[in-house]
Amino acid sequence: MAEPRLIEISPVTRVEGHGKVTIHLDKDGMVDEARLHIVEFRGFERFIHGRLLWEVPVIVQRLCGICPVSHHLAAAKAMDVICGVDQLPPTAEKMRRLMHYGQVMQSHVLHFFHLAAPDLLFGFDAPAERRNIFEVLREKPELGRRAIMMRKFGQDIIEATAGKKIHGTAAIPGGINRNLPIETRDGFLKTVAEMQDWSLDALALARDYTLEHAELVGGFASFPSKYMSLVREGDGALDLYHGNLRMIDAEGGTIFDQLPYDRYHEVLVEDVRSWSYMKFPFIKEIGPDTGWYRVGPLARMNTVSLIDTPLANAAREELMAAHGTVKVHAVLANHWARMIEVLHCVEKITELLHDPDLQGTDLKATGDRREEGIGVIEAPRGNLIHHYKVDENDQVTYCNLIVSTTHNNEGMNRAVKDVAVKHISGQPEITEGMLNHVEVAIRAYDPCLSCATHALGQMPLEVELLDAAGQTLDKRARAT
Amino acid sequence: MSGFSFQIDGVEVTAKNGQTIMEAADEAGIYIPRLCDHEGLRHQGGCRVCTVKAGGRSVAACTQPAAPDLVVENETPHINKLRRDLVGMLFNEGNHLCPICEASGNCELQAMAYRLGMTEPTKFPYLEPCRPVDASHPDIALDNNRCISCGRCVRASQDVDGKGVFGYVGRGIHRHIAANGPNLRHTDAEVTDFAISAEVCPVGCIIRKREGFARPIGERDYDDHLIGYDIEKKRDE
Ligand code: SF4
Ligand code: SF4
Ligand code: FES
Ligand code: NI
Repeated sequence: MAEPRLIEISPVTRVEGHGKVTIHLDKDGMVDEARLHIVEFRGFERFIHGRLLWEVPVIVQRLCGICPVSHHLAAAKAMDVICGVDQLPPTAEKMRRLMHYGQVMQSHVLHFFHLAAPDLLFGFDAPAERRNIFEVLREKPELGRRAIMMRKFGQDIIEATAGKKIHGTAAIPGGINRNLPIETRDGFLKTVAEMQDWSLDALALARDYTLEHAELVGGFASFPSKYMSLVREGDGALDLYHGNLRMIDAEGGTIFDQLPYDRYHEVLVEDVRSWSYMKFPFIKEIGPDTGWYRVGPLARMNTVSLIDTPLANAAREELMAAHGTVKVHAVLANHWARMIEVLHCVEKITELLHDPDLQGTDLKATGDRREEGIGVIEAPRGNLIHHYKVDENDQVTYCNLIVSTTHNNEGMNRAVKDVAVKHISGQPEITEGMLNHVEVAIRAYDPCLSCATHALGQMPLEVELLDAAGQTLDKRARAT
Repeated sequence: MSGFSFQIDGVEVTAKNGQTIMEAADEAGIYIPRLCDHEGLRHQGGCRVCTVKAGGRSVAACTQPAAPDLVVENETPHINKLRRDLVGMLFNEGNHLCPICEASGNCELQAMAYRLGMTEPTKFPYLEPCRPVDASHPDIALDNNRCISCGRCVRASQDVDGKGVFGYVGRGIHRHIAANGPNLRHTDAEVTDFAISAEVCPVGCIIRKREGFARPIGERDYDDHLIGYDIEKKRDE
């Protein structure tokens, strides 16, 4: 076929949210351009305008059915600042941390076992009917059972700390509204050791896959980039709940470090492009062309100096040593990174469960009201920024959110193009397997497009192949 | 004071002279749903959620005096359907986003919907009125989106606080509660007023600032009990 074409996959299965990928072919059937569009937008910033400040941590969770806890906590952190609280009572901070570790654990487990494992176990070219969790359960029943139990453990932690499995209300400005009863703690202590064992097994699975498929992993949408995350104050250790910003280049050189996150707008700018509602953030000093960066589990493994839990730290060192470069750039290594973080979360949860502060009763601090507050957290998918202004009547007047998927926007666009060029260019026909590759590239970032668009609710994603005249060629709709 | 007896749903109930059906029912441990009526406030008879059939006529139990040998129907499928429709209309007249509302779990309207088995959206159209939030007072806010115009705050402020902080403005679906002044800041409302207390406003309209979400899920009024539980438990005792 000599006509230039455009591919459309609709919807991309197993991606949370909605958007559209278009792949533009030139007259020779070579990939000209690939873009991830956000085609719908329901303004969250407008909705939150005028709402009362203590409602915000509850309202923002509605942005996303996938990572509500991250939004809940990032907003609560911003509102702590607005309420003049710089130091939470230990019980409050530890309850929030516990909630967050539970959330990261269950999110990563969901991604790895439910969304990614079918690709890893059965191959990207496997037919769609095989690439789902039910097939995993059928072929590897024990693995499937553990996936469900691990996810449940994380969700139970969320329920015990937030009040509900999804959309809890526990983090309030200046603190938390509950502590952890002894009986609940004892219940978790019974199973947490098993969770650690299973996390080690899952980690081994992700590591072995990455090492055994070194060629695929190294060649699949892999390219160097800058990376950003929070790191712990002082030693630069992994800290998913709190810290300062660190940005490194592809060789590990410092771009900025230990930058208090309330100064994010001094170093980051958000670019707007006509074809997408999702913005493109970049480093102000470097500019939009090369100033883009990535966030997420792998980004964190690259940015941090160490992990403060022994098993996860050893695992990270193995990950870093296994790659020939100073930093790891292979997007598929995110799976390995995720499993290191699951292990880290389980280690942290174990530590916290033994901490009597969780049964403390001093739950909330107060202070002098401020006009502006910024809360940043490392969400499962990466750095998450919430920024608000609140007037003297306690009503929100300004809101800006930069979610992980937005930080990764440029990276995802490049990944799609990379895969499209390798697998679709010059091909006479678009096969299911080719489209799967595009999906896998996007999915490796675990994008959450409902968050990225700040839409209320969830949206599915489409991918589209277009010819040079802009004609749609191949529409592939799959049930999610 | 002399008494007499009458029947509610086949149960023999004794009443004192001058008591309403609802007052007598309360003492007997029989709950009749209500929204505008509240202990300690004068009866208004506005919301009609307390509608019962007395001697075959539909009456408001909160204002209708009990009478000797009266036969009252309370929990019949027909009456509960009527109540469900009334409650449904109250939801649709305002903007009720329960999942993000700080009254959730403590809200009488929400609890009434649960009690009456309102499990799905009603057939009534959502009116989606555009109503203001008045957060001008340092300690109190009014989110009119959630007001059901029950008038409890009006009576509480006038009769208990002796103030008159609240009044009605507008007509029909535009009728809503407003502060007696350009906004709440310009009234003599204080957070310690009875009208502002948690028990007066049945919904999340009158807000005491900085209290939102302080009570954890599981410890809220209606997490473990249906509305009316406190009255019904008297019967078991
Ligand atoms: S006031 Fe009651 S019914 Fe209305 S949104 Fe709040 S909880 Fe729901
Ligand atoms: S503000 Fe509350 S108490 Fe007053 S009329 Fe409205 S719903 Fe009733
Ligand atoms: S409670 Fe009787 S009319 Fe409202
Ligand atoms: Ni999300």
